[in-house]
Amino acid sequence: MIKNKSILFNKDNLGDCLASAFAKNPQDIIMEIRESNLKGRGGAGFPTGTKWMLAAASLSNKKYVVCNADEGEPGTFKDRVLLAEFPDLVFEGMVLAGYAIGAQKGFIYLRGEYSYLLKQLNEQLEKMVNSNRLGKNILGKGFDFEIEIRLGAGAYVCGEETALIESLEGHRGEARNRPPYPVNTGFMGNPTIVNNVETFVTAAIIMARGGEWFTKLGTGKSKGNKLISVSGDCDDPGVYEVPFGITINELLKMVKAKNAKAVQVGGASGYCACSNEFERQISFEDLSTGGSIIIFNQSRDMLHILRNFMEFFVEESCGQCTPCRIGNVKLLEGVEKIEQGDCSLSYLKELIELGKTMKIASKCGLGQSSPNPFISIMTNFEQEIFSQR
Amino acid sequence: MDKIVKDNRAPVSQKPLVMAKVDKDSIGATVGIEINGNPYKVMLGTTILEACRENNIHVPSLCYHEDLCLAGVCRVCVVEVEGMGTLQAACTFPIINKIKVHTTSEKVRKARRHVLDLMLSEHYGECYSCHRNGNCELQKLAKEYGVDSYRFGHVEKRRYQVDRSSYSVVRDMDKCILCKRCVRTCIDLQEVGVLEAINRGDKTKVTTFMDKPLAEVICINCGQCINRCPTAALKANDPSDEIWNVIDDPSKHVVIQTAPSPRAAIGEEFGLPAGTSMTYQMNTALKMIGFDKVFDTDFTADLTIMEEGTELLMRLKKKLVDGDKNVMLPQLTSCSPGWIKYIEHFYPEYLDYLSTCKSPQQMFGSVIKTFYAQEHEIDPANIVTVAVMPCSAKKFECNRPEMDSSGFKDVDYGLTTRELAQMIREAGLYLPDLPAGNFDDPFGDASGAGLIFGATGGVMEAALRTAYELVTGRTVPFENLDILPCRGFNGVKQASVKLENVKPEWSFLEGVDLNFMIAHGTANAKKVMEALVKGELSNIHFIEVMACPGGCLGGGGQPIPTSPEIRKKRAEAIYQEDAGLPVRKSHENPHIAYIYEKFLKDGPCGHLSHKLLHTHYVKRGKFIG
Ligand SMILES: Cc1cc2nc3c(=O)[nH]c(=O)nc-3n(C[C@H](O)[C@H](O)[C@H](O)COP(=O)(O)O)c2cc1C
Ligand code: SF4
Ligand code: SF4
Ligand code: SF4
Ligand code: SF4
Ligand code: FES
Repeated sequence: MIKNKSILFNKDNLGDCLASAFAKNPQDIIMEIRESNLKGRGGAGFPTGTKWMLAAASLSNKKYVVCNADEGEPGTFKDRVLLAEFPDLVFEGMVLAGYAIGAQKGFIYLRGEYSYLLKQLNEQLEKMVNSNRLGKNILGKGFDFEIEIRLGAGAYVCGEETALIESLEGHRGEARNRPPYPVNTGFMGNPTIVNNVETFVTAAIIMARGGEWFTKLGTGKSKGNKLISVSGDCDDPGVYEVPFGITINELLKMVKAKNAKAVQVGGASGYCACSNEFERQISFEDLSTGGSIIIFNQSRDMLHILRNFMEFFVEESCGQCTPCRIGNVKLLEGVEKIEQGDCSLSYLKELIELGKTMKIASKCGLGQSSPNPFISIMTNFEQEIFSQR
Repeated sequence: MDKIVKDNRAPVSQKPLVMAKVDKDSIGATVGIEINGNPYKVMLGTTILEACRENNIHVPSLCYHEDLCLAGVCRVCVVEVEGMGTLQAACTFPIINKIKVHTTSEKVRKARRHVLDLMLSEHYGECYSCHRNGNCELQKLAKEYGVDSYRFGHVEKRRYQVDRSSYSVVRDMDKCILCKRCVRTCIDLQEVGVLEAINRGDKTKVTTFMDKPLAEVICINCGQCINRCPTAALKANDPSDEIWNVIDDPSKHVVIQTAPSPRAAIGEEFGLPAGTSMTYQMNTALKMIGFDKVFDTDFTADLTIMEEGTELLMRLKKKLVDGDKNVMLPQLTSCSPGWIKYIEHFYPEYLDYLSTCKSPQQMFGSVIKTFYAQEHEIDPANIVTVAVMPCSAKKFECNRPEMDSSGFKDVDYGLTTRELAQMIREAGLYLPDLPAGNFDDPFGDASGAGLIFGATGGVMEAALRTAYELVTGRTVPFENLDILPCRGFNGVKQASVKLENVKPEWSFLEGVDLNFMIAHGTANAKKVMEALVKGELSNIHFIEVMACPGGCLGGGGQPIPTSPEIRKKRAEAIYQEDAGLPVRKSHENPHIAYIYEKFLKDGPCGHLSHKLLHTHYVKRGKFIG
């Protein structure tokens, strides 16, 4: 359930998203999405319209639409809410995306833990087939599209779009080399768009309410509203719809958090803000998040928190590339060294430099973002951490 | 069948990168790019690494290998591409627009050094006790980047046990840097697929099915993985200590046979360019090391041609004249022990197609311990036979239990080119400086036909030179005896020779097109076998198969590194030497006539030949251990 009053994820007077979309031709759908300035809701924030345009421009008679419902980032559970409450819009978003890029098939890559939603989702699909909103000749537009649900195998990295595609193809979930990008060479070598659940729902809503309406929400570079999952030390955790540009302070007030010391924006791989940064905004231009916000109050040991994050990455690295496979181990060992009071400041600096290398030299987003908590916590809480040992 | 020939997988750089379906007309076939501030023109789709190497700009690499598909996992090749937030792996980045690349910026140097530091932190072992010392890509990079300390620590304990179960390949995963070249070699290049990366994160390791010892999985011992491993994680099972022991033992008569390929490559171990032939210097070195006799495996290659050629003609007769349904055609060659193990595992129902001839190495072993022992009145129990081979599978082959037709273990040790080079160094010799020495009698110098066994297509060419002449009484209708359709590195080659005006005893072959195929690398062998299984090869008479890309000259015991270019040079050396030899047909080798006159008196494929020179195979299948 979305806890506060929703503006975007609100079906009042919404109308028929799919019908509105199908009233346009594919190019105009993409144009509308581009004009809305919608950016991907899965974390990376790539402009959705551009992604669709690239896929539409790729020459191929087979194309695919993939909905990324892997939701593996620790502290994120907003896609689960959307899948439970707006399954119709998730699927409609996929169908219209398929129509826009010229795909015939869609997959939902569903997090294994969400398998309890399968029955409901399949019923929804059936309903759509029966009402001619899926299958052959959808809404009489001569467009065929089917959707298949695939269960994920539980690895965090499988949420990364190219590892997801590998996994869909039945291989070990490992990120691919890019370029070429999935929009060009994706599932089975064919053009494929991978988008987050929330991105598809938002796209569907944009179809009904218009791109212009959407751009009125949010900030200059971050249009629209965003779902966030709030967890940690607060009285009212849960999923909220917030406008981009909301400050951390405003957010803390909304979720009734007291004594907050640190806020982890963007999950384990995100940025850990300290209290004098609480006037910073949640947005693509400042602190961006795929949805996860974790709050820590004064009683928390930051080093311990960091240790948990780093253990997670050591565990979840797919092990393909050197910077991530070994780098995360070195960062974790650094945390252990500090715990034992046996890490010099110069070695810490060395590790932060290593983290920076991991961010630019790793093969995929996992290794490129896993040093974030290390760097931010070690920078923002260095004194606190060292004074305690 | 044309399709197999066309689709064949020549082991050159493969690009599974399905290239961006870009509109070539609008951009043009070439792209102008900038590397380190200088302009270059490159073909659309070239990778940054290729572009740099074409233009002599050094970019280090580890997981990249010219023979293999791209991995992009080691990250030492990272470069900066203007406008991109992260560094890019040069080896995998296809150039499709006008990019500006920096190969030595601060970010790049720092990142590469970090990557190296990380690898070294997990790398167990010290270079001075390592057989790749001086020829290790990791060591070389450490030097290049001036590594003078272990910035992120260093492992002090072994994590894995060394797997010495295989006669051919030793695996020491503590030296593995997870570049996965071996995995790609085994699955992509050879299509065997016994190696795979398992687990995740820092527990990732390269291992076999169910983590079994290598001897208990379907490894064909080709050693191609060894040749492409940048470090000492993979090596051949080295018998040189035992060989030194028998050399030093005066009661032992130690003889060595040298295959055609090592001589074309061993110079590389001494810093000579690929393709420098060292045949006669090597003979001298072997004598100086202390081998009692040095024989040329080319002699038994010639013997193989006599036996295998006769076998083929007999099969043709039985099939075409007698209509014998138990005779299988096409006849498949049997001199590559990697190929033998491959077919035993993957096509166990097709072993009857194989020639029953032993490989030249094994033929020689049994001839030495019988004919040679008798002629020289040496007790075969005191003879030790060593074989210098380009091959790691030969080590397994000489240990096959059935290889004892002399009454003893026919070949005691298989020694690779690399291991022999090490022995030569250990003896204090610098090979290129040694004077020429001859092969010893009674086998003496062999024919050029035996020599070209080293290159893919060589067995076929040698067989045709003899068989054609046997049947027609004339030399093969190719200029200078060079049967060019047999040569070159296409994965699968196919050609035919028409038999006309044959001798009366071969009248059933009058007007017959002798159709043959040649495959090298087991990925290509698989293509041929699949066609055979489907019944598409019924008009083919003879197929040569070598397990290794390029044939024996690209064998798993040859000097490291290997590349298409290096293999080409080695082949050139072999063909050049053949062209200059006085005898170039197996049946004209006087020593061959001698052995049939004095010893194998009932002729090729006769009774004694069958006992000593032919063998049988084992239906292994894929599930063993
Ligand atoms: C390690 C890793 C895990 C990811 N997990 C998810 C995920 O669970 N869900 C998701 O939508 N995107 C995830 N992403 C982002 C995807 O790679 C991809 O950018 C996204 O699905 C694109 O959709 P969007 O443009 O709609 O955001 C992950 C990325 C990385 C590097
Ligand atoms: S960054 Fe990590 S998860 Fe991504 S490819 Fe490299 S090892 Fe695998
Ligand atoms: S594998 Fe290379 S780096 Fe490692 S010990 Fe041997 S020579 Fe040194
Ligand atoms: S020796 Fe050949 S078959 Fe065996 S693991 Fe290496 S590449 Fe594979
Ligand atoms: S064994 Fe050698 S080739 Fe294979 S992954 Fe390790 S270092 Fe690379
Ligand atoms: S050589 Fe490019 S990533 Fe390994």
